[in-house]
Amino acid sequence: MLALVDIQSGNLHSVENALRAAGATDVTITADPDAIARADRIVLPGVGAFGACAANLRAVDGLESALRRRVLNEGTPFLGVCVGMQLLAERSEELGEHRGLGWFAGSVRRLDPAGSDAKVPHMGWNDVTPLGDHSLIPAGEAYFLHSYAYDGEGVIARTDHAGPVTAAIGRDNIVGVQFHPEKSQRYGLALLANFLKWRP
Amino acid sequence: MTVRARVIPCLDVANGRVVKGVNFVDLIDAGDPVEQARAYDAAGADELCFLDITASHEGRDTILDVVRRTAAVCFMPLTVGGGVRTADDARALLLAGADKVAVNSAAVARPEVVADIAERFGSQCCVASVDARRVGEGWEVFTHGGRRATGIDAIAHALRLADLGAGEILLTSMDRDGTRDGYDLDLVRAVADRTSVPVVASGGVGNLDHLVRGVTDGHASAVLAASIFHFGEATIADAHAALARAGVPVRTH
Repeated sequence: MLALVDIQSGNLHSVENALRAAGATDVTITADPDAIARADRIVLPGVGAFGACAANLRAVDGLESALRRRVLNEGTPFLGVCVGMQLLAERSEELGEHRGLGWFAGSVRRLDPAGSDAKVPHMGWNDVTPLGDHSLIPAGEAYFLHSYAYDGEGVIARTDHAGPVTAAIGRDNIVGVQFHPEKSQRYGLALLANFLKWRP
Repeated sequence: MTVRARVIPCLDVANGRVVKGVNFVDLIDAGDPVEQARAYDAAGADELCFLDITASHEGRDTILDVVRRTAAVCFMPLTVGGGVRTADDARALLLAGADKVAVNSAAVARPEVVADIAERFGSQCCVASVDARRVGEGWEVFTHGGRRATGIDAIAHALRLADLGAGEILLTSMDRDGTRDGYDLDLVRAVADRTSVPVVASGGVGNLDHLVRGVTDGHASAVLAASIFHFGEATIADAHAALARAGVPVRTH
């Protein structure tokens, strides 16, 4: 069973639709720690403000610790999308200082393309440029939609928006993408299909 | 490279069917929005936009159903506008599968609705849609499909909505809409050069060169068009190729 973690993210159903189109047959939308404990894949979607997403996650008793146990201790394949990736950082400066899950030593800061004509939000199709060889993140073009970006350990792909911007992070059984695979047509559906088969 | 210029086909939807108005009158039925969305998804459109042009008069359920059915088969960003008056209206569209929600008349009456939506769901999903007509040396905001003057300066209004949290400005010239004479490039540039958020040029596209000039001369981040795509005069690939020839970064498909 794939657990699509419900932190009331606006893109929850788009991610569900895309997972099904990519071949997932057993998707459960849930915030129940018991369901997380049984999941054999976990996807954490998130759009909107980091603080609100973190608060929604922590509003469910036992959810954070269930995710930590299932992903960090038991090695269940995990995919975070957009703010669902940023939440893996230690903290974010979006609309105040907020604490993330802290699975990756890093932080989330506002995009600041000062001195260029680059726009914020970073909105649209842009390169995914892998830094190494990660089976889930090939080179390609994906749809980005964000005003804040991750800096820290575990960066496995970058994009460029008036300077390098983290496109994906990963370690062991964990991968997080800043872009939206559920909105990235062929590239995104292929990524999700590969995640469904991934044996890290 | 860098973030690509986006080509956005726009479907005007009335009562769950695609229509295209000429200056917002004389609607011609041009099909099922879900089927058209699927075709544009396959054709590599960068995004899709639905404008529910009967929303102020009709119930909201029809467009929610269209959005739900579209989101189940299309894996590209979808913006929906028309009749969005409150943050709860926005929420219903986002839950149905819209990625961005465009607010127009409601933000004229009460600009703070943009802040309501941005604070609840994030700037990234809040599009300020501004319909403008040239008046004297400047531009004025018009509502009701371009029929009603407001006395509000369009540039100042667009910039204020960005300050309130809109993550994108969809800027339509009501003088050009339906004319096929090209975007009002002065209008697009006047806003794009004064804001840090992306501007989508809209209104008046009659050929591929108009799309190119929206980016090169208007400084738009995205170009929206309807009839040239709907009636098969140009494909999305043609549009990307024309932009690429002009040195504008576009998606490679």
